[in-house]
Amino acid sequence: MAEASADPRWRKRKAQPLTIRLAHWINIPLLLIMAGSGLQIFSAYPALGPRGAQYAWYPLQGVSPPGWATFGGWLAGARNWHFALAWFLILNGLIYLVYFIASGEWRRRLFIPGRDTPGAIRMFAYYVRAIRQPPPMDFYNGLQRLAYTSVIVFALVEVLSGLAIYKPVQLWWLAAIFGGYDAARVVHLGALVLIVLFVIAHLVLVAMHPRAILEMFTGGKRG
Amino acid sequence: MARLLTRRKLILGLGAATMLAGCEKSRPAAFFLRAMGKWNQGVESAMFSPTRLAPELPPSADTPADAFPSYFISDDMPFPPDNWSLKVGGLVAKPMVLSLDDLKRMARVDLRVRHHCVEGWSAVAGWHGVRVSEIAKAAGADPRVRYVEFRSFDSGYWSSWDLESAMHPQTILAYGMNGHELYPDHGAPLRLYSPVKLGYKTVKYLTEVNFLPNPTGGYWENQGYEWFAGV
Repeated sequence: MAEASADPRWRKRKAQPLTIRLAHWINIPLLLIMAGSGLQIFSAYPALGPRGAQYAWYPLQGVSPPGWATFGGWLAGARNWHFALAWFLILNGLIYLVYFIASGEWRRRLFIPGRDTPGAIRMFAYYVRAIRQPPPMDFYNGLQRLAYTSVIVFALVEVLSGLAIYKPVQLWWLAAIFGGYDAARVVHLGALVLIVLFVIAHLVLVAMHPRAILEMFTGGKRG
Repeated sequence: MARLLTRRKLILGLGAATMLAGCEKSRPAAFFLRAMGKWNQGVESAMFSPTRLAPELPPSADTPADAFPSYFISDDMPFPPDNWSLKVGGLVAKPMVLSLDDLKRMARVDLRVRHHCVEGWSAVAGWHGVRVSEIAKAAGADPRVRYVEFRSFDSGYWSSWDLESAMHPQTILAYGMNGHELYPDHGAPLRLYSPVKLGYKTVKYLTEVNFLPNPTGGYWENQGYEWFAGV
């Protein structure tokens, strides 16, 4: 996946530097337990909207998530796991983001609309077989940049909406940004759905490009 | 067969011995969660502002009375004894026994705020009562007091609070809800109410308020729910 780049900046660096590989693999157990414990917590009130004014648009009012998708056993157990691992997930995310910015990795990973939109559209057209030839790619194609940038945004929204429903009075301004406690709860569940959709697409696409999986272990070639 | 039984007994015996040796060694997950629970308690307490008020809401925000859930742990709805009174004790200069009328003669506070339940739902109601800080003042709470314990006649349901949250201006002993006397399902004749804690900390069917130097857990807290449970 890592094509030789004209930019000398990347000559000495692996396609997937160690920090990014570590952050990636550490994320997996953390995300699984966070999602499972979150769904166990949601099962205690599997509805959206305040008491007496549940949101009419939500079609699954009262429908609990399936047991296999939950973790923690009961409400308190799930809350303890959720609030324990949240800090490690945030820490892992912060280390990733600091590295992402400080190392300059953002230049070849971040979706920059002016640069990446045409490539993203063409790659999408290729995947749906509207065109026969994939667009030329450098490190990542536009669609990959869009996906990997989107999931960073989803994660940020997930953490911020989580803090808002954790402390809707102390962090009232954060809850207000999301439209209040119950709206923040919707955002928290909605961002989980988006992250899950990303993971599904990610798994399908890396299965189609197995070298990407190998690179996430070895780091891949330099330059 | 005999050997199998022996091995089984051995395994059972070892299991029991490990459990007796203490959960911390045999269950690293429990140890980790307890350590993180302590850390989170510190975070929650650091995030709590004794002066930040929960926003007061307009009457239009009220949850319909039949949609506001109410829980108790007894098999049947608890009703107060005829001679009901509130005992105020612990490290206080002047232990008190207060009737409902005594409480109603004290400075009254009205607030309409959002309630947050540990289950994830929220609901809005108006509450009428007396600040816990007024009770502390009237009883002359000692400077060594760090916690306040609230006890009830609902099968011994209780909770203990950090002093700062108990002294919050919106933490009250409520004798009224939505303009009427407290109904039995919401803790008549007197309950603790506050928008800065999760619902299970707001003890209903009150019998005692004790000002203490140490925390004394709580009904749900001792079963694994967070003790601080700030909102």
